[in-house]
Amino acid sequence: MDDELILDVADVSYRYPDAAGDALAGVSLAIRPGELHAVLGPNGSGKTTLLRVALGTLVPRVGRAAILGRPAAAWVPRDLARVAGVVTQREDNLFPQRVRDTVGLGRYARLPRWGPESAADHAAVDRALARCDVQHLASRWVWTLSGGEYQRVRLARALAQEPRLLVLDEPTANLDLRHEMQLFELVRALVERHYLAVLLVTHHVNLAARFADHVLLLAGGRPAGAGTPAAVLSPDAVAQVFDWPVAMTPFDGRPQLTPLRQRKDEP
Amino acid sequence: MKTLALGAVALLALLLAIVLGPAHVALADLATSDIVRSLRLPRAMLAFLVGGALALSGTGLQALVRNPLADPSLLGISGGAGLGAVVAIALHVTNPWTIPLAAFAGALGAMALVYRLGVMGRGGAGLDAATLLLAGVAVGAFAAAVTTAIVSLSDAAQLRNAQLWLWGGLSGASWQTVGLMCAYAPIPILALLASARSLDLLALGEEPARHLGVDVPPLKRRVYVAASLLTAAAVAVSGVIGFVGLVVPHAMRLLWGHRHRPLFPAAFVGGGALLALSDTAARVIVAPRELPVGIVTALVGVPVFVVLLRRWTTS
Repeated sequence: MDDELILDVADVSYRYPDAAGDALAGVSLAIRPGELHAVLGPNGSGKTTLLRVALGTLVPRVGRAAILGRPAAAWVPRDLARVAGVVTQREDNLFPQRVRDTVGLGRYARLPRWGPESAADHAAVDRALARCDVQHLASRWVWTLSGGEYQRVRLARALAQEPRLLVLDEPTANLDLRHEMQLFELVRALVERHYLAVLLVTHHVNLAARFADHVLLLAGGRPAGAGTPAAVLSPDAVAQVFDWPVAMTPFDGRPQLTPLRQRKDEP
Repeated sequence: MKTLALGAVALLALLLAIVLGPAHVALADLATSDIVRSLRLPRAMLAFLVGGALALSGTGLQALVRNPLADPSLLGISGGAGLGAVVAIALHVTNPWTIPLAAFAGALGAMALVYRLGVMGRGGAGLDAATLLLAGVAVGAFAAAVTTAIVSLSDAAQLRNAQLWLWGGLSGASWQTVGLMCAYAPIPILALLASARSLDLLALGEEPARHLGVDVPPLKRRVYVAASLLTAAAVAVSGVIGFVGLVVPHAMRLLWGHRHRPLFPAAFVGGGALLALSDTAARVIVAPRELPVGIVTALVGVPVFVVLLRRWTTS
């Protein structure tokens, strides 16, 4: 079962109601356990639409999206939450909460409707806190955390769901260098040690190239390349997708991007 | 500890409601007194049930519309009930059940209208919290305008009746109304209790809640309908009583935290105790006359609310 398909998006197209064109056209994605897939593209390239189709919030017009062989839209939220943990771009806490309690919310889909949390639930929360290296924050109020700590706490909540698929939507937006790297190292470790399947949406070309096994380049809702970072991230492809001239230099065997100045002659 | 304290306060509130009153009843005669058995006891129990219902409903609505300042009266239900009651008063009906029934009908009408408008906010895709609030305020304002128009055209006796009703009072309490509330309230209360854990997650936002396993649209429908039905019944038997549904949830959130499992029962008991105490005060302060209880809850509630608001905004 090792190479069982966790997420299978095949030749999907989607058009929003009343829109003139497709937001997504002919996009495919197949994720197995122990693989980190990055979806790369500029703003408005269809990354978020692809996430919604993959998670069954939107039903594709053409093609199919399946999680563990079952159409994504056919999953009820409770069952899906036991398979897929999602860290959304944004959330707000209406009421103040402590770290341990917010991570505990990850157990919701595994709790009986009326009964209390069991020892197994507490153990799962402890494990998730430890894996994300936030045990020492457990009794802190969420609103006192730094941006990097907060993202790790949200990741811990997704892990408390004990998912097989982790979906991260721009997880390091607004994070500084250290916290950005910390988070990506953590996600990579989860993939390797715990055999999680990860779908990561980002516009950080360098980070995707460093950490992903597989990159899907999106431009205007269409695939502009899919495969290993080295195969996909050629200077021409990246320059075309992001609409800016770039150089790609290998580092550690992975292509790394340097944007070029457009007018070198001007001061 | 705090559970014991709350329980003690609730018992004390009920005890005071039975012991105190404009007519003097000796402590030794409490058990045998007719005044206690047929007036004070049902009235105390109705006050407790209505206060609990309003506080519980307010707690649920705050989580539903994701706004800590939401209150059952914001959703237009009280306005609709007031309109129904005033129409019944203006029509000179004498049957004692007509006013509560008309108020209940008005509340249900307002609830249905607000719900329709709230669903429209997303092109029929589901209840939208912001639209729901706006619709509630609009329907409430419209109902209040019509209510005032009717009141201004009615004669002095009707005017006084209407005004008393609009500020709320429990003088209509009887064992029948208590029985009615006891039979009616458990279903919406259970629906809210069953939603407690899901509401904890809804506080993060609809999308995060969904990804954690909450089926959001039915949750919102269930909480809205349950909270509205609870409010409608409370308003029908007691008139419009403000601030219980706003202040009690706040106070209980400060003491009990924001997990709705323990919060809901605490809010119910706290709301019941507050209204029982307020009603006792309303009966005693200007005895032998009686203040509308809504005035007492507002006089107590507004200062408490200001204190809570300061704590909320500074922390």
